[in-house]
Amino acid sequence: MNWITIFENTIKAFFGVDAAYFALAAIGLNVQFGYTGLLNFGQAAFMAAGAYGLGMTSQYFGVSFWLGIPLGIIFVIILGLLVGIPTLRLRADYLAIVTIATAELVRLVVRSVRFNAIFGGSDGINTFSNEFRALNPFEPAAQYGIWPLRYSGYTMFTLLIGWTLVSLGAVFVWLLMRSPWGRVVKAIREDEDAVRSLGKSVYSYKMQSLIIGGFFGMLSGMVFALDRGSVQPDNYSRDVTFYVLTALVLGGLARVMGSIVGPMMFWGLFVFFDNFLRQLVQSEPLRIGGVTIIQSTQVGQVNYMLVGLGLILLMALRPQGVFGNRNEMALDGR
Amino acid sequence: MADNRLISQVALRAREALAGVLPEPGVAKDDPILRAIGVKRHFGGVNAVDVEHLEVQRGSITALIGPNGAGKTTLFNVLTGFDTADAGKWQFDGSEVSNVSAHRMATKGMVRTFQLTKSLTKLSVIENMKLGATDQVGERWWNALFPLRWKSQESSIEQRADALLARFSMDHMRNEYAGTLSGGQRKLLEMARALMTDPRLLMLDEPMAGVNPVLKQSLNDHIRGLRDEGMTILFVEHDMDMVNDVSDWVIVMAEGKIIAEGTPDQISANSAVIEAYLGAHQGKSMFEDVE
Repeated sequence: MNWITIFENTIKAFFGVDAAYFALAAIGLNVQFGYTGLLNFGQAAFMAAGAYGLGMTSQYFGVSFWLGIPLGIIFVIILGLLVGIPTLRLRADYLAIVTIATAELVRLVVRSVRFNAIFGGSDGINTFSNEFRALNPFEPAAQYGIWPLRYSGYTMFTLLIGWTLVSLGAVFVWLLMRSPWGRVVKAIREDEDAVRSLGKSVYSYKMQSLIIGGFFGMLSGMVFALDRGSVQPDNYSRDVTFYVLTALVLGGLARVMGSIVGPMMFWGLFVFFDNFLRQLVQSEPLRIGGVTIIQSTQVGQVNYMLVGLGLILLMALRPQGVFGNRNEMALDGR
Repeated sequence: MADNRLISQVALRAREALAGVLPEPGVAKDDPILRAIGVKRHFGGVNAVDVEHLEVQRGSITALIGPNGAGKTTLFNVLTGFDTADAGKWQFDGSEVSNVSAHRMATKGMVRTFQLTKSLTKLSVIENMKLGATDQVGERWWNALFPLRWKSQESSIEQRADALLARFSMDHMRNEYAGTLSGGQRKLLEMARALMTDPRLLMLDEPMAGVNPVLKQSLNDHIRGLRDEGMTILFVEHDMDMVNDVSDWVIVMAEGKIIAEGTPDQISANSAVIEAYLGAHQGKSMFEDVE
């Protein structure tokens, strides 16, 4: 077993592009769910809004990719209003149902043959990132950094953009949440009727929170699309939302650091188990007493099982996540 | 009642005005802060609220009593915008406010508390209080990002909040989570928080439910104190000792309708009231706790 490779890959995953784009999506979900209590199960749709905002600049509009940013913001606002107007006056569960359905609808629409010319169908869009790549200050093929954190110049550029956005987002949310605005949304999470009785328009705050959170989802989708150099409809399926949510809970809800470190740990653990299992069964399947436990074709599935097991243990032993506050958790349901 | 303390002109005028009002259901008052006409709310076939005329005298403490299911809380919900009336009009302080949404009623100066206390458990007591202040610059998200824009307002809000906490003897709990408070303390916090909005009409839904006798006495004093400063208070209550002790005027509801009005003494002697309670509760005195 090559522990050095496992270690190197794990450390790299901690700070990798996947962790960065997950962190951006988690920052958004944290605003919505962690602070305001809005159960948005459709963060993937907001991510798709960002990715397709970028992609459609070349695919459909034939304009500079920079216009993808305002386009993405427009998509996020439309999506937020579309989902929010019918559901935000109702209980939280309705939002959850509607967002999960909307996210699926968005994915099915953009991958449909009918709209091939606009969204590129199931092949997606692959032609928008040249302008972005031309800005890369690093040599794409060269290696940068100090071991174990060594990345190619190509990746280094998205990492730089990604983690810069994560830092700005963290400061943004931190500022928001220590302000009177943050106090109102946290109060809405606790009891929205009480907030209403004190003269605040709960509906308007929920909408603001949904769209601000969706904005970070959009940035996440953009970073991901730029890293892959392509926009694929199936990258924005339900799984993504739930992995991001999982990573957020792992870090701790309603904590700025939780929304950043959670995704880092999620990907660190994921890559560690993946590398470990692969090396374990590289030459022959793992057998215990004549029973085959795992063989090389099953690494992917078993890895997800282990991640799931880890999360169950986490919820049982440390339900508040890494950065959460146990005392605060204990106030629930009193 | 303590007649020797400092009492505002409004409260004095209210007391004089109410002394001359006939004890009849739906009677007009001298200077009503709240007037409701023909308010109806039904759930399926049940007429939860069917109030022909209701007026609340400015500067008074008015109690709204009645057996369980009389429609007191539903009336509260309708008037404060938490529920929608099927028919009817009501005015607050001279302006038409029928079916105005809940948060706008609060900004107009009519603030309510809830029967089941709504303390925001994961916010500290002081944060609960500060939430109550209206017109906060920092509650707009684009201002929220620049603390310089709201810091000075925030500190004046904090001073008001601390003063109110001290008045309600809650200042020692200032930095605790509201979720750690006892039931009685939560009632106090909810009332103090409502006062942060600077209401002209404070509507309390069962302020005494689950409060121990000592705290009840001090709650009574607080309510009287607020009236004496010129605030109008309308409260729903089952605790008849409190109703008799603190209220200037009592309105009795049964089966959605107002069946009697009058001073506490007049109500205690009113045969329609006794019948409403006896009918609903098989021989219990109305002076027992009806819960």
